[in-house]
Amino acid sequence: MRRDVFQAIADPTRRAILSLLALQAMTPNALADHFDSSRQAISKHIKILTECQLITHEQTGREIHYHFNSKKLKEVDKWLQQFREMWDTRFTQLDNLLKNTKNKRS
Amino acid sequence: MLTKETIYSKDASNKKIMVERVFDAPVETVWQAWTQSDLLDQWWAPKPWKANTKSMDFRNGGTWLYYMEGPDGTRHYCKVDYTSIVPNKSFSGFDGFCDESGKTLTDMPGMDWKIVFNGEGETTKVEVEITFASEADLNKIVEMGFKEGFAAAHSNLDELLAKK
Repeated sequence: MRRDVFQAIADPTRRAILSLLALQAMTPNALADHFDSSRQAISKHIKILTECQLITHEQTGREIHYHFNSKKLKEVDKWLQQFREMWDTRFTQLDNLLKNTKNKRS
Repeated sequence: MLTKETIYSKDASNKKIMVERVFDAPVETVWQAWTQSDLLDQWWAPKPWKANTKSMDFRNGGTWLYYMEGPDGTRHYCKVDYTSIVPNKSFSGFDGFCDESGKTLTDMPGMDWKIVFNGEGETTKVEVEITFASEADLNKIVEMGFKEGFAAAHSNLDELLAKK
């Protein structure tokens, strides 16, 4: 199954994981300690986040640290920003149209 | 003129985006602007794109067929298949790209629309709910045309505002 960023950030646990990693890099165990869910469940979330490139990992000796990849999340923001600009422009045009309609009536 | 705030929210799990905006006109007037092709042609396309209606059949099962024309003459044919209409209240439809005759291009992104109108005297609140089939569809829409329009759209908007 193909993973996508929108799906990845839709889950509250995955958003919480991202919030924690945004503050500091963490090991899988340290991460799991923050949640009531099983380690297995957390590790599944980590796998999804990794597949979507929202987090990366770094191996130091025997320890793995997960890092938050803010660049990937910005891609989503960028898309939304473009979407907003399109609608803002469209709505300003509609405002003008409605204003002209009103003027014609009065 | 005060610029009205547009509220955006997203429901990523369902690939939904909601847009909410208040307009300075009674609900009947705003409804007409969203449902009559001669009015839609005047505002629907974000500048510098221009919307041109080929045919409009605003009823359940009917279709609005139009094209968006870019400043370089590029044309994208689009259509809305109306699936539900409650006059002055709401309408839903499928919005997609098509060929000149209105045949849906299946390899192109499509989205479902639901638009709700709430009249409050001399103002109307409009809620738009857009559901995309996939993230790939989202990305494709950005890649196509809209992107190139944005920079130009800004200067157009500035021009428009300067005239006021």
